[in-house]
Amino acid sequence: MHDDLTLARRGLRPSATFDPATIADIQRAATTGIYDIRGGGAKRALPHFDDLLFLGASMSRYPLEGYRERCGTDVTLGARNARYPLELAIPVTVAGMSFGALSGRAKEALGRGASEAGTSTTTGDGGMTPEERGQSKHLVYQYLPSRYGMNPDDLRKADAIEIVLGQGAKPGGGGMLLGQKISERVAGMRTLPQGIDQRSACRHPDWTGPDDLTIKIAELREITGWEKPIYVKVGASRPYYDVKLAVHAGADVVVVDGMQGGTAATQDVFIENVGIPTLAAIPQAVQALQELGVHRKPDGVQLIVSGGIRTGADVAKALALGADAVAIGTAALVALGDNDPRWDAEYQAIGSAAGYYDDYQDGRDPAGISTQDDELAARFDPVEGGRRLANYLRVLTMEAQTIARACGKAHVTHLEPEDLVALTVEAAAMARVPVAGTDWVPGRPGPSF
Amino acid sequence: MDALSATTVELDLAAVPLRTVNALLQGREVAGHDALEVDTPVTLTNPRGAHAVAVGMDTPRQVTVAGHVGYYAAGMNQRADVVIEGNAGVGVAENMMSGSVLVKGNASQSAGATAHGGLLVVEGDAAARCGISMKGVDIVVGGSIGHMSAFMAQAGRLVVRGDAGEALGDSIYEARIYVRGTVASLGADCVAKEMRPEHLEELATLLKAAGFEDDDPASYTRYGSARTLYHFHVDNAAAY
Repeated sequence: MHDDLTLARRGLRPSATFDPATIADIQRAATTGIYDIRGGGAKRALPHFDDLLFLGASMSRYPLEGYRERCGTDVTLGARNARYPLELAIPVTVAGMSFGALSGRAKEALGRGASEAGTSTTTGDGGMTPEERGQSKHLVYQYLPSRYGMNPDDLRKADAIEIVLGQGAKPGGGGMLLGQKISERVAGMRTLPQGIDQRSACRHPDWTGPDDLTIKIAELREITGWEKPIYVKVGASRPYYDVKLAVHAGADVVVVDGMQGGTAATQDVFIENVGIPTLAAIPQAVQALQELGVHRKPDGVQLIVSGGIRTGADVAKALALGADAVAIGTAALVALGDNDPRWDAEYQAIGSAAGYYDDYQDGRDPAGISTQDDELAARFDPVEGGRRLANYLRVLTMEAQTIARACGKAHVTHLEPEDLVALTVEAAAMARVPVAGTDWVPGRPGPSF
Repeated sequence: MDALSATTVELDLAAVPLRTVNALLQGREVAGHDALEVDTPVTLTNPRGAHAVAVGMDTPRQVTVAGHVGYYAAGMNQRADVVIEGNAGVGVAENMMSGSVLVKGNASQSAGATAHGGLLVVEGDAAARCGISMKGVDIVVGGSIGHMSAFMAQAGRLVVRGDAGEALGDSIYEARIYVRGTVASLGADCVAKEMRPEHLEELATLLKAAGFEDDDPASYTRYGSARTLYHFHVDNAAAY
C-alpha cells in the first residue's frame, strides 16, 4: 500500500472523481462482469444527525436534575384501532431482519435483548421462527411482497403486523438471498428449492396502490380480530406523500426507513443512489402526520424512524424532529458481535476486516450472525448476544434521557425541533431547524424572532 | 351462550356487520350473538361485493356465499369449504392454507395469490396474475386466465381448461401448470414439458376434484421451470 504523504511528496495526487475506491470498482466490474452485491446501508457521507446539536437549557429553559428527576421513555404504539396496542418501555425498537439473512440463534438473541430492555423486535422476509417468537415479548410480524412463510397461525401469534412496502437501503427493490444461505431449513420456510439464488418480489402480489392497501389492511384486521396494531413501512423516497397515503389507508403506525438503513444483500449501486437520508425524511413525514391531525395524539398515528441510528443522541434527535420511536438494525447486529475485532484475522482471510465486513450475502460471517452455516452459527451465543443488545439498548435510552433532561424535558418525546440547531446549511434545510447561531432556516422567509 | 346445532345458519350481511360475521365464522364470541359450532354450515346472504368476506377461518365449516364478493374473499382460509355463488374480486383465497374455495362465476386478478394449500376452483375465467407466488395450492380454472399468471409460482398446481394470457409462469420455481388451450406467451424461464404418466394421473385427480372429470388429461400441455435462472449469472442478464 502507498502512504498518502509519501505519494503527495512525490507530486502524485489522487483524482477526486476517479478516487482509489472508484478505480477498484471499475476494475472489479471489468473482471467479474457483475455488479457488486453487499449488505449494510449507504456508506457515502450524508447529512445526518451528526449535523444537528441540541440547545441545552439555560436562562430561558429549566433543566431536570440528571440523577433525580424522572424523564419518561415509554411509548404506546398502535392504539388507534388495535385492541392490544404495543406498550414499550423505551422508544428504541429492533428493525425487521430475516431468518435466512441471519441465523436462528441471532434472531433469538435479538428477541432476548429486546425483551430484556422492554421493547419489540421484528421478523423479516422468510417468516417467524419459534426461537424468535419464544424469546420476544413484543414481536412485530412483517407482511412482505414475497409472503415467504406467511401463514395465519403466525399472524395471530404476532403482537403487531408490519406491511412492508420498501426499505431505506432499496426503495423500489425486492429482496435477495443468495444460494449459499438457502439452507434446508431456510428453503423449507420459504417453499423454495435448496441452494438457489432467491429473489423476493418488490411488489405485493394481491394489491396495488393506496386504495387497495386500505382493503388489505381491513382484511388483516378481520383475520386477526382487530387486536393488533398494523404498521406500514416505507423506504424513504417521497415520505410526505407515502405517509399521507399510509394513514389514509388505515395504518396505525408508519415506519420510515432512510437510505442509511441496512440490507442483507442488495446491489451497491442501489444502496448508494436510491432514496433520501433519514434526516431529510423525518420532517416530511411529520408534516404529513400533522396536516392529517394525527401527530402525537392519543388516537393518532405513530412514526417510527430508522436508518443510521447509532447513539442516544441520534435517538433524541429523531424524537425531537417528531418521531415517536426509532428502530435499529445495523447497530443491533454490531451490539450482538458483528464486526467484533476478535474475529479480525478471519475477516481478513475472506477479504475484509473487522469494522468493514458487509458481505452478509456470502453467509461466511466469522461472528456467526449473518450465516446459515451450522459451524459458524454455533460460535454465536444467543444468551450473551441478547445481554449485549439489552446493554446497548439501555445505553441508547440513558443517553437520550441525558439530553432530554438537559433540555428540560420530563419525557424523551417532549423534545422538539426548537431544541435543535444545525451545523450545515444542508442539514438545516432538511431538518427545518436554524443554522447554529443564526435564525436562518433555509427555505423559510424572514427572522423567526 | 348456547351453541347452535349443526343445521345451516343464515347470516345476512345487509343486517349483520362484516366484522361480526367474520368473528362468528372464526369461532370468536360476539356479544348478542350465539356462538357457532366449529362445523356449523353457514350461508351468507347479501354479500353485495363486500371485501374480506369469510376470511381467517380455521374450522371444518361449509360456508356458502349467496352472491358476488369483493377483494380477498376466504383469505388465508384453513380447513373451511367455501362456495361463492357469484363472482369474486381481487385475491380470492389469497394465502389459503387448506380447505377449499369454489367460485361459481369469474374471479378477478391474483386469485389464489401466495396460497400454500387447499383447492381453489374458479368455474369461469380468472383474470391476471392467477396463482401469483403460489406456494402449494391447487388451482383449477374452468375458463381462461389473464396475463402474468403463476408469476414466481413456487409450488402447487395450476390447471387451466381454457387459454392463458401473456407471460405465463414468468420466473416460475417448482409449481406445475397444465393448460388445455393456447398460451399467448411464456414468461422468463417457463417452458413446455413432457406429460409423463405421473402428470396425466396427477392432472386427472385434480380435474376430478374440481368437477371436470370428463376432460381428457392428454389434451393438456404441462409447463414448468427450465431452472436456468435459479442461479444468477451475467450471461442470463438479458432474460430479466
